[in-house]
Amino acid sequence: MAAAMPLALFVLQLLGPGGWCLAEPQRDSLREELVITPLPSGDVAATFQFRTRWDSELQREGDTDHYFLRYAVLPREVVCTENLTPWKKLLPCSSKAGLSVLLKADRLFHTSYHSQAVHIRPVCRNARCTSISWELRQTLSVVFDAFITGQGKKDWSLFRMFSRTLTEPCPLASESRVYVDITNYNQDNETLEVNPPPTTTYQDVILGTRKTYAIYDLLDTATINNSRNLNIQLKWKRPAENEFPPVPFLHAQRYVSGYGLQKGELSTLLYNTHPYRAFPVLLLDTVPWYLRLYVHTLTITSKGKDNKPSYIHYQPAQDRLQPHLLEMLIQLPANSVTKVSIQFERALLKWTEYTPDPNHGFYVSPSVLSALVPSMVAAKPVDWEESPLFNSLFPVSDGSNYFVRLYTEPLLVNLPTPDFSMPYNVICLTCTVVAVCYGSFYNLLTRTFHIEEPRTGGLAKRLANLIRRIRGVPLL
Amino acid sequence: MGLLSDPVRRRALARLVLRLNAPLCVLSYLAGIAWFLALAFPPLTQRTYMSENAMGSTMVEEQFAGGDRARAFARDFAAHRRKSGALPVAWLERTMRSVGLEVYTQSFSRKLPFPDETHERYMVSGTNVYGILRAPRAASTESLVLTVPCGSDSTNSQAVGLLLALAAHFRGQIYWAKDIIFLVTEYDLLGTEAWLEAYHDVNVTGMQSSPLQGRAGAIQAAVALELSSDMVTSLDVAVEGLNGQLPNLDLLNLFQTFCQKGGLLCTLQGKLQPQDWTSLDGPLQGLQMLLLMVLRQASGRPHGSHGLFLRYRVEALTLRGINSFRQYKYDLVAVGKALEGMFRKLNHLLERLHQSFFLYLLPALSRFVSIGLYMPAAGFLLLVLGLKALELWMQLHEAGVGLEEPRGSPGPSAQGVGLASLVAPLLISQAMGLALYVLPVLGQHVAAQHFPVAEAEAVVLTLLAIYAAGLALPHNTHRVVSTQAPDRGWMALKLVALIYLALQLGCIALTNFSLGFLLAATMVPTAALAKPHGSRTLYAALLVLTSPAATLFGSLFLWRELQEAPLSLAEGWQLFLAALAQGVLEHHTYGALLFPLLSLGLYPCWLLFWNVLFWK
Repeated sequence: MAAAMPLALFVLQLLGPGGWCLAEPQRDSLREELVITPLPSGDVAATFQFRTRWDSELQREGDTDHYFLRYAVLPREVVCTENLTPWKKLLPCSSKAGLSVLLKADRLFHTSYHSQAVHIRPVCRNARCTSISWELRQTLSVVFDAFITGQGKKDWSLFRMFSRTLTEPCPLASESRVYVDITNYNQDNETLEVNPPPTTTYQDVILGTRKTYAIYDLLDTATINNSRNLNIQLKWKRPAENEFPPVPFLHAQRYVSGYGLQKGELSTLLYNTHPYRAFPVLLLDTVPWYLRLYVHTLTITSKGKDNKPSYIHYQPAQDRLQPHLLEMLIQLPANSVTKVSIQFERALLKWTEYTPDPNHGFYVSPSVLSALVPSMVAAKPVDWEESPLFNSLFPVSDGSNYFVRLYTEPLLVNLPTPDFSMPYNVICLTCTVVAVCYGSFYNLLTRTFHIEEPRTGGLAKRLANLIRRIRGVPLL
Repeated sequence: MGLLSDPVRRRALARLVLRLNAPLCVLSYLAGIAWFLALAFPPLTQRTYMSENAMGSTMVEEQFAGGDRARAFARDFAAHRRKSGALPVAWLERTMRSVGLEVYTQSFSRKLPFPDETHERYMVSGTNVYGILRAPRAASTESLVLTVPCGSDSTNSQAVGLLLALAAHFRGQIYWAKDIIFLVTEYDLLGTEAWLEAYHDVNVTGMQSSPLQGRAGAIQAAVALELSSDMVTSLDVAVEGLNGQLPNLDLLNLFQTFCQKGGLLCTLQGKLQPQDWTSLDGPLQGLQMLLLMVLRQASGRPHGSHGLFLRYRVEALTLRGINSFRQYKYDLVAVGKALEGMFRKLNHLLERLHQSFFLYLLPALSRFVSIGLYMPAAGFLLLVLGLKALELWMQLHEAGVGLEEPRGSPGPSAQGVGLASLVAPLLISQAMGLALYVLPVLGQHVAAQHFPVAEAEAVVLTLLAIYAAGLALPHNTHRVVSTQAPDRGWMALKLVALIYLALQLGCIALTNFSLGFLLAATMVPTAALAKPHGSRTLYAALLVLTSPAATLFGSLFLWRELQEAPLSLAEGWQLFLAALAQGVLEHHTYGALLFPLLSLGLYPCWLLFWNVLFWK
């Protein structure tokens, strides 16, 4: 477990240098930032991003060959403290200075959501891309829960969240900032009060909506005040009534339907809540081989009608070698729910192939949805080097839509499982059956049949036969 | 291996079976009954024990203290329900959201095949409300369910109150590894069935319901709660589910552990546990509870909304708060603590509950009889049928041998029986069974138009009419296809009927022992005795008395007798009619199998014996 990295969360990106990195990057730089997003429900989300760039000696031959792209998932693994420690060690300041002092494990795991990622990619150092740098981007997102961590209160501060405050920037960092989302949910007046008041604000279009952020720059000496620490406090001005954050335009749900241990159905519900725009979604499913998919049962329906995918790539599974791979491009109509379902049969494994806890069930990895989601507000193209790092989490392609990749929940499927406490009985039964079969077959094969004449002659006849045998005459 | 076995020795064995057949049959039957009665006695009952490691040694400290909150929720709920006259969906949604759950609703509607007179339902449309407590940092792959079924009357509000208070308490805890679904269903079991079908995205019973918006992975276990008072004297636990399915014994052990820990008074079948197992008293009480359990399991009805979860391989049980005139009472905190403890231990589960028994009988809460020990009882009863069939086969065989050739092989003689003569009675009795299954519901409107009865009555009366008509119909038909040897005709028919009955009872006993045993205990003796000689009226009376319907009738009396609320004959008849209607309804609404089993399987088989009796 210790060595197993949760690959579901550690996405290794090996993208080509084309992309969106056009400007010449600085050499050996570190940028770090923390985005705090208070939600009207009283929860608060915090996202750390650390970007390290260095000129490397790593060899790279030509463009990334897509034949060598790999995708792997370990849906069983859950992130825990032992994943956080090595992750923190990759940071230049470790957890000694800068934003990373806030990364205290016992608080980060006292949250309702935790996601950790590492991205590595090469970036061009100049416009003609003759030499490259490597970029290591580490992100950590947590959501603090008003009910568990906040004990019912909706007011937060850095100290209440992380039980630490910020004291100094990381000396190696070229940029070290804290962004607080102070977007007004109601148009009329300010709902959120931030203390200390921010010196600057920043406006941008994130995930299709206009957002306002208060900026605290740790490199600015005025930010960390006389008491030599920065403890940002958030206070809801009006007791926020139970309003919900707007539903995202694209979300999905996945489940197994049916009951019993023979058949089942994998269903994925894709929600497009955009009021008037349809958009395509690329759905990638990898299903373990022991769920034998019936591809002819693949049905895609939206709004009660058949939805024909514009592209399907299916690679069937090979037993014990490779999983099913199903990739589809589906157009999601505006304001609709699209159901993608496919039936499967549960295979019987060899008895050594069961996990030590077979009755727990077997995991099926999440589907991956990639889409360009249309945004409500047109975003202007930005310079990636100048804008905050969180901007590039959801890159905007042409201003009218932004890129989103979603992972659905993993599934737990029960396979027909033998009763492993039975080996003794099985051995007994098998031995009995073998013995009975063997005995009767042995009997059948070795027994010979003769016709026994009834003995009539008695002693006289036997004597006569004896004499006849001596004489060489046929017996009586 | 027939080729190699010694024919002489076989003939000796055959002669033994033939000569000692009657005493062997009697002995075997008595042995079966005696074995069953002995099940309640200590060497055959064992103490229950926790098999699941994950729930065994771990200690849990219950901290639930929301008794006042639960009562306040219950009061509010009852008031809102009285005001709106239905489940206060909006209030429930608001309250669940305020304690921090993710709330969804599901609407469903169902037109019953005919009006349900006991629950006064026909066209049903309701709404289920459920809230999901998401386990922190987990991926929603597993979940537990706490459900409260709300019927049309205003009971169970305290259960809703306790559910909400528990949800509020659970929400503040960090240790959950599985999501917890808090489900309040309308129209009790119908709502539960609608929700379960939608959750698993299947349609088993023709329920119309809106798809679920929120899910929480594979459900590992469920607890249904029924409470109608602020104070309880005892908690009763129900395990018998749909078609006699039982939850894993570990779930019951878990409940019992927390009963003991919290000092709660817990009952099974509404009866206190027998204490003294060394004298005769305890086992006799145990036998009473065992019989009650057998009757409840044999009925195949879900005794509480947990019963419907079992089909989906979700281990579940129902807890009922009983408020009687006992002095010592417990408040909601005690019940809440027991539930909290159960959920925390279920939260520890690494695998589905599978370690302990799935097939068992309970003579007490802390004692059980495992399948290996109770099966011989049914085995002995079925042996009677086997012995009788063997005897008939040999008689037929020898008769055949006598006719054809002195020393023939056993094969061809069977053809001499005249299998053609069996086709008609078999087909006719099966057709009667089919009519019994299809016609009552199909023809209810016709019946209601032509006779002054309501639809529900029409169904029951048609059922009885067809059942009785079956007695008159088939035994006249064999004359048409009668064969040369009259004796061999009925013997062959009886042979087929015996084997058919033995097969059916064997299969039933494997899946639902109680039903199999009850039917075997009543049907086997007369099935073995039936023959067209001797005093036919006596045999006919016996046969009618042991027909499936009569068994049901008798079981109702036994049931009330064991519950110490004896029935008068008139009451019994009313109850019998209600039970018939319920049986048909439960088949259509929940997929209970007792009605098709009796009408398509056992009734035709029983008709065959009736046919044998009146063979001419």
